[in-house]
Formats: sequence, C-alpha cells, structure tokens
Amino acid sequence: MNSYLKRLFWPLAVLVALLIVNIAVTGFDFIVPSVHDGRLGGAFVNILRGAVPLLLISLGMTIVIATKGIDLSVGAVYAIGAAIACQWILDRDQSALDTVFTAVVLALVVAAVIGAWNGTMVAYFGVQPIVATLILMIAGRGIAQLITGGQIPSVSDDTPFVELGRGAIATVPVPIVIGLVVFFGLVLLTRTTALGMLLESVGGNPEASRLAGIRSKGITILAYLICGACAGLAGIIGSANLGSADANNGGLWIELDAILAVVIGGTALLGGRFFLLGTAIGVAIIGTLEDTIINVGLSSQWQFTAKAIVVFIVAILQSPEFRAWLLKPFRSGSAAEPTAPEPKPEEKAVAK
Amino acid sequence: MSTTTLTERSDRSTLFDGLGRYIPIAATIGLLIAMYAGGLANYSNFDNPQLIADLFIGNAALLIIAVGMTFVILSGGIDLSVGSMMAFSTMALAWMTVELGLPAEIAVPVVLVFGTGSGMFTGAVIHYFKVQPFIATLAGLFLYRGLTLQISDRDVSIREIEFFSWGMDRVEFGNVREGGFSLPHISFIAFAVVIIAFIVLHYTRFGRSVYAVGGSEQSALLMGLPTARTKVGVYAVSGFCAALGGVVAAYATRSANPLAGVGLELDAIAAVVIGGTLLTGGSGFVLGTVAGVMVMGMISTIIAFQGNLNSWWARIAVGVLLLAFILLQRFLGRSGEKRKT
Repeated sequence: MNSYLKRLFWPLAVLVALLIVNIAVTGFDFIVPSVHDGRLGGAFVNILRGAVPLLLISLGMTIVIATKGIDLSVGAVYAIGAAIACQWILDRDQSALDTVFTAVVLALVVAAVIGAWNGTMVAYFGVQPIVATLILMIAGRGIAQLITGGQIPSVSDDTPFVELGRGAIATVPVPIVIGLVVFFGLVLLTRTTALGMLLESVGGNPEASRLAGIRSKGITILAYLICGACAGLAGIIGSANLGSADANNGGLWIELDAILAVVIGGTALLGGRFFLLGTAIGVAIIGTLEDTIINVGLSSQWQFTAKAIVVFIVAILQSPEFRAWLLKPFRSGSAAEPTAPEPKPEEKAVAK
Repeated sequence: MSTTTLTERSDRSTLFDGLGRYIPIAATIGLLIAMYAGGLANYSNFDNPQLIADLFIGNAALLIIAVGMTFVILSGGIDLSVGSMMAFSTMALAWMTVELGLPAEIAVPVVLVFGTGSGMFTGAVIHYFKVQPFIATLAGLFLYRGLTLQISDRDVSIREIEFFSWGMDRVEFGNVREGGFSLPHISFIAFAVVIIAFIVLHYTRFGRSVYAVGGSEQSALLMGLPTARTKVGVYAVSGFCAALGGVVAAYATRSANPLAGVGLELDAIAAVVIGGTLLTGGSGFVLGTVAGVMVMGMISTIIAFQGNLNSWWARIAVGVLLLAFILLQRFLGRSGEKRKT
C-alpha cells in the first residue's frame, strides 16, 4: 500500500498544484460546488462532468495497457456508440423510455463486440495491438458516418436520453454518477477478484501465464471488450450531453488523451501493474489543465502545447536511462559515441 | 524454439526466401491493376492518362510523408507527428514569408532544417532514453499542432508570394486533349524523394542498417552496425519528409491551414502497410509505399467516379484493405515477431 501511495504522489501533487493555480486566479468559487436548479454546479464540478467520457475511456485503456496492449480505436468506437444511440432514438418515439433503453443497450453491445473483435485480433491472430486497433481507428469513423448517413443526428431535448448527459441524481450530475459507478465497479472487479492479478500476469508475460494455467487469450479478449464497452458508454454520455452525434469530430483525439491519462497515472505502457485510481487522477489533471490554461489568460491553443510538454516530461521521467543520465551528467561515457549526440536534445529543449 | 527456427531456416532454399518477401508487394500491385481494370470496365473516361497523373498531384504530400514513414516503420518504429509537422511547416512558411517578410528562398531551407532537426531530437530521445516511439512522437503530434495553432488559428494565404506559384506550374507530356497528360512540379519533387529513398534504402550502408535494425536491433548491435545513428537517422528522414510535405502543401494550396494534415499520420501508416511493409520492421520496399499511396488514391478516384458513394466509404475500404494486408502478412508465416524470438 505504501508503494502504491508513492506511485500516486506525483500525479496528486500535479493535480493539487493545478487546483491551487486555479484558486489563486479565480478565487475559491473554483473548487466549491454550488447548487443550480437542483444540480451541483461550479467550475470544478463542471470540469469533472465534462471529463467523464475521458475517464471511462481511460479506465478501459488502463485495463488494456495492463495486458501489454493499447487500443487506438476508442475514439472511433466513441463515435460509433454515439451514432448508434442517437440514430436509434431519432428514428423512433423519442420520449419513450424503452426506446432510450434499447438504444443504450444496443450501442453498448455493438461497442463491446468491436472491443472483442480487437481482442480476438490480438489474442488469436497474434497481430500487434497498435496495428490491430489501427484498422478500426481508420475505418471506425467511416462506419459511424455510415450509421448516421453522413448527417449529424440531433435528438430532441425532450427525450430522456439527454438526461444521461445533463440530468442529476440527488443533485449529483448523472455523468459523474455513471463515472463513479464504472470506476468502483472496475476497482471491485479487478481488486476483489482474481481478474486484476490475471490481467497483470498476462501483461507481464503472456506465455508464462499460459503455462501457469491462465487462459491468457480469454483474458486479453475480455480486456479489449471492457475497453470497447467503456468507449461506447463514453460516446453515449458525450452525445447525450450534446444531444447530437458528430461522427467526424466526436471523441477526436480522445485515444491520445486517454493514453496520456493512463501514463500520467503511473501505469507503464509495458504492461503489468496498473493503477485505476492513478488513471482517474490523470484524467482530472487533463481536464483541469484545459481550464487552467484559459484561467491564467493563455489562449486555448496553448492546450496542445501544454499537453505535449506533459507527455514529454512524463515519458522522459519514466525512462530509467534518462534518470541515470541526469544523475551523472559529467561522467564521460566509455565511448565517445553515446556522449557526443546527447548534448543535442539539451540544446533543442532549451530552444523550444 | 531457437533450434527449430534454425533448422527451419536452413531447410528453406534461399531462392524461395527471396521470393517470399515479394508476395505482399505483388498483392498490392495486383490489387492496383485489378482496381484500374475494374474502373476501365465500369466507367467511361477512366482510360484518360491524366487520371493516373492526378494520383500524384493530390497525393504528392502524402507520398513524400509516407516515404519518410517507410524508413521509420522499416526500422521497427512509428512516427505519429508527421501530420502536425506538415501543418506546422506550411504555417511556419506562411508566417516567415508573410509576417516577417523573409524571402521564401530562406524560409524553405529553414523549415526543412527544422523538420530534420526535430526528427533527430525525437530519434535521440527514443534511442538514448528508451522512450517508446509511440509516446515520443505523440508528444510531437501535440506540440507541432499546438505551435501551428499558436501562429494562427485560421487560414493564412500565401498567394501574394511569387515563389510559391512555381509548384503548380505544369509540365505537359503530349497534348493533354489528345491522350497526353500534365504534371505539376510538386509531383516531380515527390518522384525525386521516392528515387532518392529507393537508392538510399537499397544501395547505401544506412539503408542496409535500417533493415537490419528493424529485423532485430539486438543482432544489428552485435554485428557492429551503428544502431544509434540509424535510429536517429530514420526519424530525421521522417521529420525532413514531413517538413518537405509541408512545403509541397504550401505549393499546392498556396495557403496555410492550421488543421491541415489531421489524421495524415494514419493515412501514411496505412499506405505503408498496404504497400507491403511489415509494421514490426525489417521487411518492405519504398516502391511498395508508392503502390500503397496509389491504391489509396485509386479508391478515392473510383468512389468519385461511382458518384453515389460517399467519401466515408473510402475510409472503410482502407480499413478493410489494412485488415487484409495485416492478415496476409500474418499468414505468410515468417512474421517479424517470430524472427525476433
């Protein structure tokens, strides 16, 4: 547990630092929730509410990365989930509860099937995860447009569907409730059953796990299935919030944000150990970062640059070679070759 | 495991071994011919030679970037930053020439040097700090897109700059009305890149090292090949090609769009894979990439000719082709992963 807390220390510190910057600029209203129309509001609650789709995808991504995989198709699955749900409701009685229910279930099932397909490609066909999921990353948005017929379906504001994105249960916004349910569901599933250990085992060494009697192929497929379903659910919540599904731009680049959140949270891309709570903190950091940039008076274009800097710092801090290099900067290596090109990164980093 | 692989290898004749690696590229070319034949049979005016020439006009930047990507993928890496890098180069050109008033003759080399340098930097981070190529270039994807948007979040026209009118000037081959065709200068830039890349990959030490590092970095290192120089080199090549793609895009559109090239890295990777290059590295041809780009262009052309199909079918078709080629590579048996173990 102690090492677990140590892992979470840096992400938490960054999050707290970001919150302090925001509070310093905009005052305590930033963090204190207020109640509007029977619903919690306030800047920070809104950030969390907006970050729920990213949270769901990042949680699924954490599970996949734990198995030494990666899922690039989540953005496309997000678009497909959103497209199916909106299109289904649009074509039927919009205010009927069972229509909405069917739409959500249908979208989730399709998303889970897509996830299982990715998992099958990885587990049974032995395709690299990046490659296997790249196929759907490219084709997925085409499929989503096929479903919507190239239009952007907008559901009416009366349908119960939009409550999934805008409503509140006991003043807590519905997306946050869903996010918490999925988060604790996954934590319970992976930490109170053997599944979490099996996932880490498969990620650590699939062949050894298989020899130890673990059905590693089934576990891999399950991981991708969970990730797909999470992405579909994220699409449903995202489109419910907007009341429409944009096949082209819905969830654009969310896979990259999700991978970033997972890496910030301390889960290594090499598979093995995973930290769902760390991922959740990573999501909160990314969500807060976007608002911080605007609050401190920079233009919103800075968020890409800020993310790039975060990716770079996190990636390089996780590299043992970099830490070793930092600790002995003045020791000349055994050969001239490793030292000669190395000043270059330094110069460039300064120049940037 | 290793002993069985050894016996398996010696059982195979070298002749068969040599031919086996041509199967994916043969499939690509076969597909290209089949698509062209299908187009000829179904649509009138499909036999116009300008149609083939057009593949190299609209896709000139993609071709150049895909060639750079071929180097990276052959070495076993991946470069996600190329789309952003291209947009950044175009935008930086526009900014330097329009805002700063620098002559384009200076701005173009500056952009190319910057692209190469940033590629070298990425490569150095990947090689020396063992950062995964995916993550290191992801940082590049965000960074250059962010810088592009910071220069300008709307289109910048460079129509006023005389220098950029050269790119779309056409060279005619025969009379265009009577079965000839014409190509703009940017297509020749793309051809030059392909020819140079072909020579570098097949007839220089660097090219051989790229294949060796992609096949097995450990073995390449033990053989005494300069793996560090090679890995930094491929990202430098990719960065240069992305920057050159940006220059070509500036020629082609004569404006800088901050959102140009979003998702272009995926198109480039798809073109490389459809061209028969193994994504695990070590096997593939730059001419295959040319065929891959032509296939992707041909898909769009056929969809345009069909008329009643929408552009999203192109994405689905590319996805299906990717799937087919990845499975083909898997079932050809001698995949990169097997060789590595």
